[in-house]
Amino acid sequence: MQRPPAAAPPRLSLRGIRKAYPSVVANDGIDLDVAPGEIHAVLGENGAGKSTLMKIIYGVAKPDAGELRWAGRPVEIANPHAARALGIGMVFQHFSLFETLTVTENVALALDGARDLAALARRIQDVSQRYGLPLDPRRLVHSLSVGERQRVEIVRCLLQAPQLLIMDEPTSVLTPQAVGKLFETLRQLAAEGCSILYISHKLDEIKALCTMATVLRAGRVSGTCDPRRETASSMARMMIGKDLPVSAHAEAAAGGEPRLVVAGLSQKADDPFGTDLDDVHLTVHAGEIVGIAGVSGNGQQELLYALSGEAPLAEPVPIRLLGAEVGRMHPGRRRKLGLGFVPEERLGRGAVPNMSLAENALLTAHRAGEMVRVGLVRAARTTAFARDCIERFTVKCGGPEAEARSLSGGNLQKFIVGREVLQAPKVLVVAQPTWGVDVGAAAFIRQSLIDLRNRGTAILVVSEELDELFEICDRIAVIAKGRLSPAKRTRETNVEEIGIWMSGLWPGAHADAMPAPTGMSHAPD
Amino acid sequence: MTDALVPILVATLAAGTPLVFAALGELVAEKSGVLNLGVEGMMLCGAIAGFAATAATGSATAGMLAGVAAGAATALVFAVLTLTLQANQVAAGLALSIFGVGLSAFAGKPFESIALTAPQAFAIPVLSGIPVLGPVLFAQQPLVYLSWALFGLVSWFLYRTRAGLVLRAVGESPVSANAIGYPVIGIRYLATLFGGAMAGVGGAFLSVIYTPMWAENMTAGRGWIALALVVFATWRPGRVLAGAYLFGGVTIAQFFAQGAGAAIPSQLLSSLPYLATIAVLVLISRNPNVIRLNAPVSLGKSYHPDS
Repeated sequence: MQRPPAAAPPRLSLRGIRKAYPSVVANDGIDLDVAPGEIHAVLGENGAGKSTLMKIIYGVAKPDAGELRWAGRPVEIANPHAARALGIGMVFQHFSLFETLTVTENVALALDGARDLAALARRIQDVSQRYGLPLDPRRLVHSLSVGERQRVEIVRCLLQAPQLLIMDEPTSVLTPQAVGKLFETLRQLAAEGCSILYISHKLDEIKALCTMATVLRAGRVSGTCDPRRETASSMARMMIGKDLPVSAHAEAAAGGEPRLVVAGLSQKADDPFGTDLDDVHLTVHAGEIVGIAGVSGNGQQELLYALSGEAPLAEPVPIRLLGAEVGRMHPGRRRKLGLGFVPEERLGRGAVPNMSLAENALLTAHRAGEMVRVGLVRAARTTAFARDCIERFTVKCGGPEAEARSLSGGNLQKFIVGREVLQAPKVLVVAQPTWGVDVGAAAFIRQSLIDLRNRGTAILVVSEELDELFEICDRIAVIAKGRLSPAKRTRETNVEEIGIWMSGLWPGAHADAMPAPTGMSHAPD
Repeated sequence: MTDALVPILVATLAAGTPLVFAALGELVAEKSGVLNLGVEGMMLCGAIAGFAATAATGSATAGMLAGVAAGAATALVFAVLTLTLQANQVAAGLALSIFGVGLSAFAGKPFESIALTAPQAFAIPVLSGIPVLGPVLFAQQPLVYLSWALFGLVSWFLYRTRAGLVLRAVGESPVSANAIGYPVIGIRYLATLFGGAMAGVGGAFLSVIYTPMWAENMTAGRGWIALALVVFATWRPGRVLAGAYLFGGVTIAQFFAQGAGAAIPSQLLSSLPYLATIAVLVLISRNPNVIRLNAPVSLGKSYHPDS
């Protein structure tokens, strides 16, 4: 066995990794080298095999063939304990958190040998402050928003002082300032010798952060490059094999009638850890897309529950849908008036995991699709609707009878958005339209929202991805600590300004602003 | 007045003890995500094994150990079926209950006419001299003290130890626990076996100490009550303990009422402990937040690491 004597061996080296599942070959002959202190991007669409590859490195899945080398020595990583013993930490894309346990307990579970919970809580607070990831260690995870949960995952990894850190889409829920801070942290970690495997769909982030990239397509390596010397579109081409579709976005026609009006909505949160809504004003007109930016956990969930009708209000007045006072109506009656809704959680709230796509289509589209007659389901129409949705939104799946849970996140999201869009709603409320969706599908979803707007629908998009909001919205408002800023025309603002607003500092905001419940009242720096 | 009260309270604690064992054992199993509906069957197997061992050796301790072994053995059958072979937990648990009733009746035939002498209560020196409380709390069967120790141990284990945290995590989300690297199936095996062993002790306590005799189906639904206790106590050990003694108290109270010749049909009186326990527990467990925080999310769901 010969090795070049001078160069240090790569920290992690993969050779010919293959993993096949009954229906698909997820990885086929993957080679990958990560040098010590290198920030290495792994790029690829959903289903390209990134997640499987990371599972193999972290010991969750076993490769069928191929070799892993750690610092030059062949190793077998039998389970995550072994991975952690080597010094591999991972931030999961689908969170591996326990809802009824506290943040501290969740972290303790992943740290081998953490026994003193009080001391651990202090360490969590230290790390979370140092890296700008505010967290209250005593809170129960089920009361945290998706963004806050991701912070728990990141902090959990940082506490293990890893030598190789795998990060799967870590920035999708951070403010631009916090992303900058995280990048500083990652660069610092890399400078200290920690290698980082960075999985992201955001090509400009990869350009800014990573020094090396491996691109996967359909389970194979389709190329390696130095992201600093590539352009976003050249990397996108390697990733999807063709040019990235660009969403066509013309200025909204002015003068649409107000369709969704929120007039002074204040509501106490049910959840003791929730955010109270404080005098929220918002108008969405026909033919425009209004975006709500903000770090998760600032009242987005509460506002969305109030808008969808899942948490009806005490009084009908504060929410008007097409002129009707709907505050006390439940979701079914609001949908009947012409409201479409895409929730943040796809499985469980947006779709029933164990039901087929056709049945899931029936659940919200039975009116528009005339799928029910005298209480009986018209199966042919239901299936036809689902098939139509699958075809028009290019959902990769086993057909209308496929279970919702069998779809990848991006494809299920395309189906759910498609299901709502095909009903031609008068008002559409969408939460996190492209969370964890690959670039191609995300561009497609954005374009279909713009097309729907052009047909006159009033659309409200709640998202934590600023780039996305700037791409598709006509006006942008910011939610912080349960209060909503005025909506500003997208062309008259910029990412920096919205980023500052995300800390609650917009002109006319209360000076005596209460600190947010999670203590994330840090000013941007 | 207090003189009349002491024997009632003593009997209450004794009547509640089998439930304390069985329900705390089931609590641990359910916290790991395993719903074992076979508690009744495991208790009966423990009862006959304990009775037979004591009848053969004359030692109550041997009886308890036999109860532990028999309960754990029946739980092992359940564990192999549901954890290794992925059978449905509800169906397998019901089958185990029916199987336990039949097996214990068959094995118990030769023992039906034998009577044992209950072992002496053990009075703790000094403490048992306290008026009223002393004879009630500190002049009990050793096993009653043991049930308190078990209560303390289970509470401490679940909420103060790392192993308990892991157990709760497995019951909460086996997928996440596996992703972090915990042996989900192994942990569930241990929890299920512990639940079976405790149900066995509860049964043996009934047949060897509480009513030192063997009668077919002598648990009379206590296994089912133990199951209900765990759910309605929202998986919290303190409430399980309170519920068990509530059941014991009403059991004893209705005996006294029957003895005093109350003009209520005895069948109705006999059903009172079951009704009262469920009614009270339902009333105190209405808070959905408490249920959400304490219920093991994966309860009753099969899990396989590769799926």
